[in-house]
Amino acid sequence: MDFLTIIQILDSALRMATPLLLACLAGLISERSGIFDIGLEGKILVSAFFSAAVASLTGSVWLGLLAGVTVSVVFSLVHGMASITFRGNQLISGVALNFLASGLTVLVGETWFGLGGRTPTLEGAERFNPITLPFADALRDVPILGPIYSTLLSGHTLLVYVALLLVPTVWYVLYRTRFGLRMRAVGENPAAVDTAGISVIRLRYTAMVIAGVLCGLAGIYLATGLSSGFGKEMSAGRGFIALAALIFAKWKPVPALGATLLFGLLQAIAIRYPKIDLGFITLPSQFMEALPYILTVIILAGFIGKAIPPKAGGQPYVKER
Amino acid sequence: MTLMKNLLGAAAAVAVTAGAALADPAVIFDLGGKFDKSFNEAAYNGAKRWADETGGKYLEIELQSEAQREQALRRFAEAGASPIVTTGFAMADPVANVSADYPDTKFVNIDGFLPEIPSNVQMIAFEEHQGSYLVGVLAAMASKSGTVGFIGGMDVPLIRHFACGYAQGALATNPGIKIVANMTGNTPTAWNDPVRGGELAKAQIAQGADVVYAAAGGTGIGVLQATADADGVLSIGVDSNQNHLHPGKVLTSMLKRVDVAVYEAMKAGGDLETGIQVRLGLAEEGVGYALDDNNASLVSGDMEAAAEDAKAKIIAGDIDVVAYYTNDSCPVLDF
Repeated sequence: MDFLTIIQILDSALRMATPLLLACLAGLISERSGIFDIGLEGKILVSAFFSAAVASLTGSVWLGLLAGVTVSVVFSLVHGMASITFRGNQLISGVALNFLASGLTVLVGETWFGLGGRTPTLEGAERFNPITLPFADALRDVPILGPIYSTLLSGHTLLVYVALLLVPTVWYVLYRTRFGLRMRAVGENPAAVDTAGISVIRLRYTAMVIAGVLCGLAGIYLATGLSSGFGKEMSAGRGFIALAALIFAKWKPVPALGATLLFGLLQAIAIRYPKIDLGFITLPSQFMEALPYILTVIILAGFIGKAIPPKAGGQPYVKER
Repeated sequence: MTLMKNLLGAAAAVAVTAGAALADPAVIFDLGGKFDKSFNEAAYNGAKRWADETGGKYLEIELQSEAQREQALRRFAEAGASPIVTTGFAMADPVANVSADYPDTKFVNIDGFLPEIPSNVQMIAFEEHQGSYLVGVLAAMASKSGTVGFIGGMDVPLIRHFACGYAQGALATNPGIKIVANMTGNTPTAWNDPVRGGELAKAQIAQGADVVYAAAGGTGIGVLQATADADGVLSIGVDSNQNHLHPGKVLTSMLKRVDVAVYEAMKAGGDLETGIQVRLGLAEEGVGYALDDNNASLVSGDMEAAAEDAKAKIIAGDIDVVAYYTNDSCPVLDF
């Protein structure tokens, strides 16, 4: 394996990790505020569909982005309504939204385009095209750093850079702002937050909106950045891998970046080397694909540190009277 | 009394027409959906052509999961449909099971293999390795880098069969050519994962491939997109003519005339010959490669001549394209 191959695999890993990272950050915001969000998968799917559909109908990826984010936020608010206002079971609400997304996208897609749930292929301004960072071509021949800059870092679509910038942003908001402190508190001990005179309900709804936006970006990246159009069930379990990454990262933003990059890397390696020959045993690609889940189970079992979810997660807040 | 007779006659007439209406053919589309721009869509086009030409009606269902296979067959058989045309190798065993219970219903399966064909089943097999051989010849001639790629859908013998014919064609044209072959996955979702298809194509392009042949159903859409996005890389479509998806970027498409097979089966209706396997190869025009306005600038006269030459030789038996099925391995490609 030469240096260039490694760069290419890392490049692929970055692309595969981006939707996971965005969805993982969405899950992080939501779960840190005390709302379990198993509906990430569904939100990725609806935002992927509506962004591709609107981009295709209007010819502008920006309107597609707007549509994707809007639909994802609506889904998020429905989840919020069920779990905050009506104090329903958050897992059931999430699962229901996943089913709704799976059926709705194909139904609406078939009605609008008649292509069996697929959207037409997006071209030109209808999708996010790769951005070449400044001097990428000039620096290509510089040893070591050249390929790292011009192949690995340059040439991705806008949303990849947005996702990477969101990691420090989420960290800053969570740990260095008043809002972040309150949000973390509401996920641990909502009664204390309420006693301090801060609205638990408003905080949690705000978190749901932010999570909707982030998760929407994941779907939009899938449909308009990574591929060119929507295909049914195109999220292919990424929402669940993102949840696994969230546990792996112990609900912290910077480890979330590491976890999703690791999971992306595993996928990229499985794509580049379908079979890995270790001399005494040949690992099939399925092993690499199952590895994120295996690692998550190991983490949950407490072998590598302990993953403790936010204390108030999953419980609707009932104000004492 | 006459009134009674008339009534009875009318009732009998209704029964007869009802019987005729019930003998509508049925089509069961495999996972991937009838608009996969590929295999199932070809079957749909054949059914549509039959309906347009005869004004007839047919029943149809798109399978959503593995569990629906037998269920759908039984439902159509109960409804009196005949022949019931099924697409995809995975339908072969369900057809074998269900056909025994409905001896008066005729079944057709495209792509499947059964060691013993029941007396009311017609199996249709395409000589995909022959068609793939021809696109392999074209790929090798179009490649400047000396590396060509193959991306399969689900890793099953049928898709290895495609890959093997392709590799033989490419190697016969350029003995030093390098062939990179990947499969998308081992589950039926591998037919419907354009994102992974695109990543696989990018990985192959990074390994030097400048012609990539996708035999992967809906996953192939992603492969074709990724190759169209890259500079100087061509793709090869499969099953239906996919040249129009990215004009000037798709070298050709390996045609598998599933539409013709479905059309002929529906047209034959009750007279369908069953208990046999029908093989459609180059000689029967069952497989081939697509040439149209969209790829005219990509396929030079020399290339077309070479492909036509290989085609004539295969039909005449001068070139023997080894089928993967012969001994479950490919002489020129290791998976």
